[in-house]
Amino acid sequence: MKTGYLGLDIGSISTKGVIINEENKIIAEKYIWTEGNPIEAVKTIICDLKNQIDDIAIASVGTTGSARKLIGVMLGADVVKNEITAHAIGTLSVFPDVKTIFEIGGQDSKIILIENGIVVDYAMNTLCAAGTGSFLSSQAQRLGVEVEEFGDIALQSKNPTKIAARCTVFAESDLVHKAQIGHKKEDIIAGLCMAVVNNYLNNVGKGKNIKPPIVFQGGVSKNAGVIKAFEDATKETIAVDKNSHLMGCLGVAILAKKHKKDHVFDFDISDISFETRGHECKKCPNNCEIICFYKGDTLIDAWGNRCENGNVMEKTMQATV
Amino acid sequence: MEKIISFPHMGNYFVPVEALLRLIFPGHKVLPAPAITKKTLELGSKHSPDFVCVPFKYNLGNYIEALEKGANVLIQAGGGCRYGYYAEIQEQILRDMGYEFQFIKLLSDKINPISLYKTVREIGTPISFHKFLGHLVLIIKMVRIIDDTEAFIRENIGFETEENSFRDLHREFLNRLKTVTALSELNTVHREYDKRFRELSINKPENCLKVGLVGELYTLMEPFSNFFIEKELAKNNIQVSRYITVTFLLFDKFRRRKQILKGAGKYLKYEIGADGTDSVERGRTLAKMGYDGLIHIKPFGCMPEVNAMPMLQNISKDFKIPVLYFSFDSQTSETGVKTRLEAFHDMLTMRKDG
Repeated sequence: MKTGYLGLDIGSISTKGVIINEENKIIAEKYIWTEGNPIEAVKTIICDLKNQIDDIAIASVGTTGSARKLIGVMLGADVVKNEITAHAIGTLSVFPDVKTIFEIGGQDSKIILIENGIVVDYAMNTLCAAGTGSFLSSQAQRLGVEVEEFGDIALQSKNPTKIAARCTVFAESDLVHKAQIGHKKEDIIAGLCMAVVNNYLNNVGKGKNIKPPIVFQGGVSKNAGVIKAFEDATKETIAVDKNSHLMGCLGVAILAKKHKKDHVFDFDISDISFETRGHECKKCPNNCEIICFYKGDTLIDAWGNRCENGNVMEKTMQATV
Repeated sequence: MEKIISFPHMGNYFVPVEALLRLIFPGHKVLPAPAITKKTLELGSKHSPDFVCVPFKYNLGNYIEALEKGANVLIQAGGGCRYGYYAEIQEQILRDMGYEFQFIKLLSDKINPISLYKTVREIGTPISFHKFLGHLVLIIKMVRIIDDTEAFIRENIGFETEENSFRDLHREFLNRLKTVTALSELNTVHREYDKRFRELSINKPENCLKVGLVGELYTLMEPFSNFFIEKELAKNNIQVSRYITVTFLLFDKFRRRKQILKGAGKYLKYEIGADGTDSVERGRTLAKMGYDGLIHIKPFGCMPEVNAMPMLQNISKDFKIPVLYFSFDSQTSETGVKTRLEAFHDMLTMRKDG
């Protein structure tokens, strides 16, 4: 029986999972929508990954993405890591010489600068969702095209429409206006791709020293129009791996491999019920929203409290002792 | 009518402020605003203009909660940015809400012991100018002692060997200060606690990670407003340094004004307003001292600190020191802050281990 390592990236929009072998090669992968229910999404992914492999024991599990803590507790993960570190590790395993990583996901975007295989600087979008995947998909809907076709349509444009890139609200009203005065659909779509890139370079990439080789990843890297807009804006070649959407979970799988503990992961979680129950603490005016996480009927973790008064875990521990 | 005097919160400074007010107004009641909670911020945001910087919202929330507890004299200071307008607007908002109160505005360009004494007489106090001055000196000293002690705590709490030993002693120290009424007593207390803090057992490696905090004063000094960033950093065994304290703002800043601009070196030719100049100067100084990283924090939309950011980016490039930027507002996601801090810590560790 061979050994494998499981990495899961549970993002706000999509959930990704991979199993790698000892050589960091992906032997099973899956990508689905989170649909606001990370627990169910992970169950589906694990079930699917299980059917892809044969005679492999999972020695350790890592989680990343915005639901990393929740799922980390659910699966008893060995490593729970933030997206930035996970992405850097994943990308370095495929592109050892990379100096700049552009990453645009569903709700966030980030830039990671690397020197000699070490992360030396990074930035993440702060208050604004402009220039992320969800913005593109909502605009695709408005224009009546599938977001997957977006890139190819954009490439047909000879004269991209200029669309205000500062803010989604401005971009949207600009887009509606331009469409109504007769700009062609492919030009508008190409203009949107450029708006995303300009927004990204002006906000996230602001003041950063962008050096080649550049790697572009995250869900939006599947969009050929955005890749082209990046190449035009930076005047550099942009490398996009075929697994560019899986770099986060690949990275955390590698980290899990490094931190493996000797226990075998059990795939049979689909029948176990995992449930979160939220309540307000009410012990002081702060009213922390406390999340209790149950596996069946047992409380396995709780968080959200700011002070000791709201520490549900400790109280249950004491009660059981 | 009985006067109940109240004031907004910032860090632990309610201890000396409350002590001072009790000393100079023996005939009135002193009631610090209830401790900041999410409700404070909700109340403040609800009644504030949407785009005002977040300290305004915290202050206003503090006032509302204090007024609800019966306060009828409120104190506000002012400064060299939008902070200078806080008092006027907050007074108007609170009056529009129907509260009745006396509003005392201490604006920074007019502050000196004589004008302060005049204000104090207007509120109503039997004490002489001479006595007033004595109390003022005592409290200024107390603030300095608190600032020195907290600087020591920040640099060492991340390495305590016994969990919460620093936190518990810090609490005890602040409680002890509340009862101090004379300089000689203050000095004894200072000596005693200084010794006890230094005796707390720590396990601090020679080349531990060092992070400097620079930025806007309120979000730096009020831990609730920055999601307890210093605590989060300390949890990861990081030495945290920050220089913006009340002592610095009241005294050192004016004394060292020219030096600060000079200290900013080639990055600044003239001042950029409020604390922006300090952020650049401190950023450069900390980079030169070999700190591993800088964190710049500000309320969303804080002009002076927005001014400071391009210079900090240049410092980051020249000294190869990473800078993490945070803008705080009433709706900031705590998870987002934690993710960025965690990644920052990972990056600093990787850089150090090479």
